[in-house]
Amino acid sequence: MRKFFSNLVASPMFSFYVTGLLFIILFGFGSVSFEGFFSPQVFLNLFIDNAPLIIVTAGITFTIISGGGGIDLSVGAVVSLTCMSLAYLMRDTSLSPYLCMFLVLFIGIAIGLINGFFITFFKLQPFIVTLGTMFLCRGLTAMISRDSVAISNEEYGNLAFTSFEIGDCFISLGAVIAIIVVIIATIVLRYTSFGRGVYAVGGNEQSARLMGLRVDRIRLMVYVISGFCAALGGIAYSWIMLSGYTLHGLGMEMDAIASSVIGGTQLMGGVGFIPGTVLGVMIQGTILTIISFQGTLSAWWTKIVVGVLLCLFIVMQALVTEHRNKLMNLKAEDSGKKGKKA
Amino acid sequence: MDMLKKFSQSSLALPLTALALLLLFNAIFVDDFFKIQVMENGNLYGRPIDILYRASSLIILALGMTFVIATGGIDISVGAVVAISAATCCLMLGGDISGVPAHPFIIAILAALAAGIIAGIWNGTLVAKFKIQAMVATLILMTAGRGIAQLLTDGQIITVYYKPFSYIGGNIPGVMLPTAMLIALCMVVLVILLDRKTSLGLMIQSVGINQNASRYAGVKVTAVLFAVYIFSGFCAGTAGLIESSLIRAADANNAGLNMEMDAILAVTLGGTLMVGGRYYIGGTIIGAITIQTLTTTMYAVGVSSDRLPAIKAIVILLIITIQSERFKQMFREWRMKRADKAAKEASHA
Repeated sequence: MRKFFSNLVASPMFSFYVTGLLFIILFGFGSVSFEGFFSPQVFLNLFIDNAPLIIVTAGITFTIISGGGGIDLSVGAVVSLTCMSLAYLMRDTSLSPYLCMFLVLFIGIAIGLINGFFITFFKLQPFIVTLGTMFLCRGLTAMISRDSVAISNEEYGNLAFTSFEIGDCFISLGAVIAIIVVIIATIVLRYTSFGRGVYAVGGNEQSARLMGLRVDRIRLMVYVISGFCAALGGIAYSWIMLSGYTLHGLGMEMDAIASSVIGGTQLMGGVGFIPGTVLGVMIQGTILTIISFQGTLSAWWTKIVVGVLLCLFIVMQALVTEHRNKLMNLKAEDSGKKGKKA
Repeated sequence: MDMLKKFSQSSLALPLTALALLLLFNAIFVDDFFKIQVMENGNLYGRPIDILYRASSLIILALGMTFVIATGGIDISVGAVVAISAATCCLMLGGDISGVPAHPFIIAILAALAAGIIAGIWNGTLVAKFKIQAMVATLILMTAGRGIAQLLTDGQIITVYYKPFSYIGGNIPGVMLPTAMLIALCMVVLVILLDRKTSLGLMIQSVGINQNASRYAGVKVTAVLFAVYIFSGFCAGTAGLIESSLIRAADANNAGLNMEMDAILAVTLGGTLMVGGRYYIGGTIIGAITIQTLTTTMYAVGVSSDRLPAIKAIVILLIITIQSERFKQMFREWRMKRADKAAKEASHA
């Protein structure tokens, strides 16, 4: 029994199990405390309300896993820039909404390329470079318009309100896209050579280079993916807001990083699991839902609770890593002894 | 010529050049940029004073950040700590409209500074004791900090009517320079003394370069890490006092918003690398002044505050690119090629 626990704690999926358990506990707590909380629709609402954040978090997780201080602070600003560009394109041009959406995806890719270029070619710190592009995107958004621009295109509005029925409940188009993005991201990270390369680079850049992996190319790709996801998240965001504004997606990068960490991604790189990060987003969403069901608590409690959760998870990760290292040393000693006997 | 060469190789060359270029731009395009007047009430007034005055809280934050970054860490919670400190101070003074403070002024100041130091102890514990990566450790307080500040003020904006409170962000009657500038000056002197007269600076550098090696060499790594985070918290507490006094209120949502980013930028512009090790106090101060000068310049030529980040971003990306090793190497190769070419042409002739 003890050995079972010891192995469970050391397994790479341990943080995922803990996050899952925490989500079930939180959701269970809500269901017990409030009438009407336990319904499939409340659960699906978590996806509907957090679709942009889920998409953005999937992207940012790639950059964090790639290690070397990898992080993308520009995502929130890219979300804002795509919303504003969409609103502007649909107001001042007669382009089809579908073409507009296609075009704004390239904004994300371009920002990703800029980030990746500065980080890989000039070997600059990802933190500073993406901080720079964050300022750049916020400024560019304000250059398009300082005031909020509403999206009044009818076709686009219909698209935003598209919903799919599942039994008695419904799910929005944004949520469906978020789920698809999560599935693709999971498969890419776990089962393709590129995904394994990302883990390898994050785990140990030197070894990855010696193995013959093209480290710089993988790094560049990671930032392009993050930028692309941010733009896609921006489109999903515009479906909720139906407007473009300079303050859209403010602080989203920190929410995404927090979700990622709660979901078991280590900021040192090399460790991370996309479904876990989705659970991270859902946990934050559940806290918000509980607070809104409760009615008297103020919104700032969300921040405090998320902070406390972050703290718990980070300390847990530190302890787990220590335990794993101890176990590895024990195993190494064991095999050493066996080798001597033979 | 020799002086010029020496200057171009010094670490301060680039930040100073950037600042000089900005000032030159101002001198040409902005009328009366360098004019300093004495106001009727005896205060000094003019754009250079204004820049230094507005840059004071950034300088203070950046000083704390320099030490943190020099140990290879980062403190992204300072903006939230500014909000907590501002909330604490205003809470202690109370929002009584008759201007009578709820607690003595000095207690309120000490409480605000203590709030900053407690935040620093929290960060320090996580980083030094639990060995958690600095960015993640300070992310906790960054997320929760504004929530705590709002909890303190109960979600309200407390406006303080107590007159002396406005002296911190404004002028003490009869003193020519803004108080914030004087506080920043004191902090700079304190930091330079700590850096030059004690071995603390050396220890911080050695921790930043290699923690294990420093431990074997007898440096108390845990204590040094603790100290830098506490100092950063103290700096954030001081900046919180200035920021709240400027608007005579505690606004938990906006006090110190994005200041952590500006502080990190100031440190980077000053030439300190984010991987830790060598740090440049002078560079940091110049970096902070450069950021503020850029802001003031852009306002002066009519760029609005929400468009400003785009220009700031371009300047920052440009400066950090020029500072990068890769760029320097490319520049050296280009110069060598040119010298070769010139030599060849000379031999042909």
